[in-house]
Amino acid sequence: MVVSATSRPGGGRGSGDPGGPPPPSGAGRGRATARLSVRLRRLGLPYLLILPALLLELLVHLIPMVIGIGMSFIKLTQFFIRNWSAAPFAGWSNYHLAVDFNGPVGRALLHSFFVTVTFTVITVALSWFLGMAGAVLMQGEFRGRGFLRALFLVPYALPVYAGVITWSFLLQRESGLINHVLVDQLHLFSDKPFWLIGQNSFFSIVVVSLWRWWPFAFLVLMAGLQNIPQDLYEASSIDGAGWMRQLRSVTLPMLRPVNQVLVLVLFLWTFNDFNTPYVLFGKTAPQEADLISIHIYQSSFVTWNFGTGSAMSVLLLLFLLLVTAVYLLITSRRRSDA
Amino acid sequence: MRDPKWLKWVRIIGLGLLGLFTVLPIYVMITSSIKPLKDVQGDFHWIPTTITFSAFRDMWSTVPLAHYFVNSLIVSTIASVISVVVAIFAAYAVSRFRFPGRRAFSITVLSTQMFPGILFLLPLFLIYVNLGSAIGVDLYASRTGLIITYLTFSLPFSIWMLVGYFDSIPVALDEAAKVDGSGPVGALIRVVIPAATPGIIAVLIYAFMSAWGEVLFASVMTDESSRTLAVGLQGYATQNNVYWNQIMAASLVVSIPVVAGFLLLQRYLVQGLTAGAVK
Repeated sequence: MVVSATSRPGGGRGSGDPGGPPPPSGAGRGRATARLSVRLRRLGLPYLLILPALLLELLVHLIPMVIGIGMSFIKLTQFFIRNWSAAPFAGWSNYHLAVDFNGPVGRALLHSFFVTVTFTVITVALSWFLGMAGAVLMQGEFRGRGFLRALFLVPYALPVYAGVITWSFLLQRESGLINHVLVDQLHLFSDKPFWLIGQNSFFSIVVVSLWRWWPFAFLVLMAGLQNIPQDLYEASSIDGAGWMRQLRSVTLPMLRPVNQVLVLVLFLWTFNDFNTPYVLFGKTAPQEADLISIHIYQSSFVTWNFGTGSAMSVLLLLFLLLVTAVYLLITSRRRSDA
Repeated sequence: MRDPKWLKWVRIIGLGLLGLFTVLPIYVMITSSIKPLKDVQGDFHWIPTTITFSAFRDMWSTVPLAHYFVNSLIVSTIASVISVVVAIFAAYAVSRFRFPGRRAFSITVLSTQMFPGILFLLPLFLIYVNLGSAIGVDLYASRTGLIITYLTFSLPFSIWMLVGYFDSIPVALDEAAKVDGSGPVGALIRVVIPAATPGIIAVLIYAFMSAWGEVLFASVMTDESSRTLAVGLQGYATQNNVYWNQIMAASLVVSIPVVAGFLLLQRYLVQGLTAGAVK
């Protein structure tokens, strides 16, 4: 994201000259002052334009983040929540608690972390694969193409709570469609399994997230495919390249910049996703599907321990920063090598 | 590109399976909303045996759905419109001016995408409570607070997409407007905004959708009077009975505005992505 948004050469080139045409010589003092104020206005204009965005980001993201980091160093339990400035300084003890993997809090956090990593890797890989398959198969003209494209985008357009709550109905043990198909119709199990608690809840959250996220990959990849010049296909066709060869040697390399951004965005959104598990499982997720954002939410709001919750959030942010930096470093280098 | 024969079958099977996966919950949502309560509590049936529209009538009284609906509509509309205006200004500055701090601004705004919402949920809550009582405006548990929060959520993506879009509009067009006597802001309004309309519409849809669907902050930052659909819909399940048919009917009704809007305008989103973000 960062790379493609800021380092594109030539974007907006040449228009940023704040000075305008060189002033005619011999201008009077009044005109000089007027010109100076025009110059100043021009110089200030970009800052004026970004000011609203900057203020809003400061208020909602940056200042709360700094406060959140501060909160991770105080003992903010239910006794101090009404008067949080009186909470005693805790030093690193919240962090010690969070990363003490022999203690119950640290062990639970580590477990939740591994569940989330597994969940994210599977969901992102499958979302990308389905999105890619959908986008590639949709190329070319055939009947019903427009309808299918619209249909595939519906899960992405549906509000999370409406889509996910429907899934939780499908996954009900007694009255859900999934058990009806698997047990009543296909006779795969002798007893109806639970899907929203226990071991199976991990599969449920993966399937539901996949259902929600693959249309986004599909949308972005479809837009990316439209940007590949058609003559590349024609040229490779003349060279005797078949369909598979074109996919490997034209489509995938041309999509690399799109994929770089898409995979990163999918990773961050999936890793931080709170909405899907919250609507599917409620405030307390089953152990097997205890995703990190729900875990921290629960540690903060259900047990009223905001200091430790903040420390966990800070650790999570550091992890995401590290992964993003390494990812951008690796993928950007590979891009410039290619 | 010549397609091999087998591709036709791969296409039919592949797209068929994707279509099935996509449509399954939607089918259940629609058919369950027209079933009577006892039919959604017992064994599942593919085809409704008794069709009734009572769920569509009862859902308004089981929870104050209309109230939540109005709240969601007000919050999402105002948040998305302001967000787009703010994003247009910022994107124009980033696309057309070279100024110290430009890169830092872009990186800062984009990196907020990475923040786990949970990290700034509680601090924001504390800020709203304190700031609200200091300036005498209710920010916590009010629609105003929710609007301010939501409009920043869509800002990074909106700015990023619009910068790409504005970059694709030739600077010569701006220059022509300036020759005609417009300043930079005049050029933005007269030339850049009309030329970027598809991108702006795309960003507007995105901003509206993200506000309409947000759950985490809605669950902490609202009370009964400012509650939005995201939280309100869970009200059907906390009663003694789980009214699945009403939940499905309500889900269907609250989805229609966004899905219809999205499907009508999705080509702008694809165009916007094609012209800007993915280039």
